[in-house]
Amino acid sequence: MSTALVTDLTIFVLALLVGIEVIGKVPATLHTPLMSAANSIHGIVLAGALLIGVTAHTVVGYILAFVAAFFAAANVVGGYAVTGRMLKMFRRKAAPAPAPAPAPAREAVAGERQESVRS
Amino acid sequence: MSSFTTNMQLVYVLAAACFVVGLHLMNSPATARRGNQVSTAGMVIALIATLVLLIHAGSVTAVGWTVLIIGALLGSAAGLWSARTVQMTAMPQLVSMFNAVGGGAAALVAVYGYIHDESAPGGVLGSTSVFTVLDVIIGSVTFTGSLIAAGKLQGLLTGSPVLIKGGRAINLALIVVALGSAAFMLTTASLPALLLVVLASLAFGVLMVLPIGGADMPVVISLLNAFTGTAVAMAGFVIQNWALIVAGALVGASGGILTKLMADAMNRSLANIMLGGFGTGDTAVAAVVSGDVPIRSIAADDAAIQLAYASKVIIVPGYGLAAAQAQHGVAELAKLLEDRGIEVSYAIHPVAGRMPGHMNVLLAEANVPYPQLKEMDEINPEFPRADVALVIGANDVTNPAARRPGTAISGMPILDVDQAQSIIVVKRSMGTGYAGIDNELYANPKTSMYFADAKKAVAEMTAAVKTLVG
Repeated sequence: MSTALVTDLTIFVLALLVGIEVIGKVPATLHTPLMSAANSIHGIVLAGALLIGVTAHTVVGYILAFVAAFFAAANVVGGYAVTGRMLKMFRRKAAPAPAPAPAPAREAVAGERQESVRS
Repeated sequence: MSSFTTNMQLVYVLAAACFVVGLHLMNSPATARRGNQVSTAGMVIALIATLVLLIHAGSVTAVGWTVLIIGALLGSAAGLWSARTVQMTAMPQLVSMFNAVGGGAAALVAVYGYIHDESAPGGVLGSTSVFTVLDVIIGSVTFTGSLIAAGKLQGLLTGSPVLIKGGRAINLALIVVALGSAAFMLTTASLPALLLVVLASLAFGVLMVLPIGGADMPVVISLLNAFTGTAVAMAGFVIQNWALIVAGALVGASGGILTKLMADAMNRSLANIMLGGFGTGDTAVAAVVSGDVPIRSIAADDAAIQLAYASKVIIVPGYGLAAAQAQHGVAELAKLLEDRGIEVSYAIHPVAGRMPGHMNVLLAEANVPYPQLKEMDEINPEFPRADVALVIGANDVTNPAARRPGTAISGMPILDVDQAQSIIVVKRSMGTGYAGIDNELYANPKTSMYFADAKKAVAEMTAAVKTLVG
């Protein structure tokens, strides 16, 4: 077993543990946006799809690179766009403050209100 | 691996850190948007680093660049278009489609890597073979499985479990073929064997999801999300790229946890879901409401009177509301009641809608103030104080039968709707919910049934309330 492989496996296992820790505390309200967010993160496969291009010099290689790039780009761009769209709704309705405060402050107030609702 | 490539891996580590921080910020609604931005920044960093790597490699041909750029641009356009135009109710299908393309891309990366290595002087390394096969199996299963899941939710395929005669035997045969080919590949590099693995996995993905009922689809989609993450991590092993490994593992783990949370909320075990849907198991003891139990039906005017003269109303939204796109109408009705000084709140069951949190998104879209949305544990003690519980398109999550052992939904946490002073149920028919059993709530003397499409019913009630109170 090569050193590179051991390194890769170490990273993999640690990332798995981090993933479990990071997700375990998310409130149910955010599960759908969270699933969507995780969904867009696996769009990183676009980096892998692009790297095919380094060695692709045959028709089969080009076809695979094209389809992979198409698929992965749809995943990453669509994923982030749709997550953003969902979260935007959360904020708009979460800030029913009648007094128009500056944007950052309003976001903070909304956050507090949501916290108090949950507790 | 050259030193330049190694250094670029460090940039990938930075991107991976962004993903972790981004996911962490999604723990709270207040920071969720920032979380998505941080995560997006990580993705941009990773992709720019990849482009730098491509340019540095200098071996990408003109055709190669064209193919990659056109493919990526077309894919981005398709993704962006669907993300912008999708109805919020169709969100689970879209996530499923993104799972399909993500898993498909991961499988293609491994297939390409294998083809390339096979013709290379060194051949295919044993360890690479293992990861290639894992990637191809998981990616292909995810690809077809996600397409079937999306088709079921979109209504292109029947939502009820499709049982194929001898399905288990076929599945077993497919597994044997896939694992047999995989084992063969460990000793001999063989492209036909890999293609056999691909085909067997694609077929397995179809057969895996077809027998699962529509009600369990959210859990399946979440599971396939985790699968895609794992496939991407495997692709990372194949091409030795840390960004793919870390991001894939993160999604694999988080998707797994999320899947468990969803299954728990529905009181379904994952094994139960994967091995057969509702109605295929021991549901014989279900029926309690017999045909001769009197069901009280009600019209818009009567419902409006009850609502307009209540002091506390709890709205229980379910998938029927989402399917009828009635969330805006409901918000309008609630506003009208609030203006009369009536206390209105929404009881959100953890699995209301199609996914945990889905109903919150839908109601958020209709500008329902966040403080009115109450989660199950918070709202249940309030039902006895409510004059009217207005159930719109929700069924199984309100069925008191869940409190008794021996029914298909026994043990599932439910909303205590039957504790309210009076109950109005808006429903299209007496049809059963996903669990396929009668709802005892409908036979409750306090319950009135309002048979109509949710959107139409809500509009009629709103109009009636307006007439009533001038």
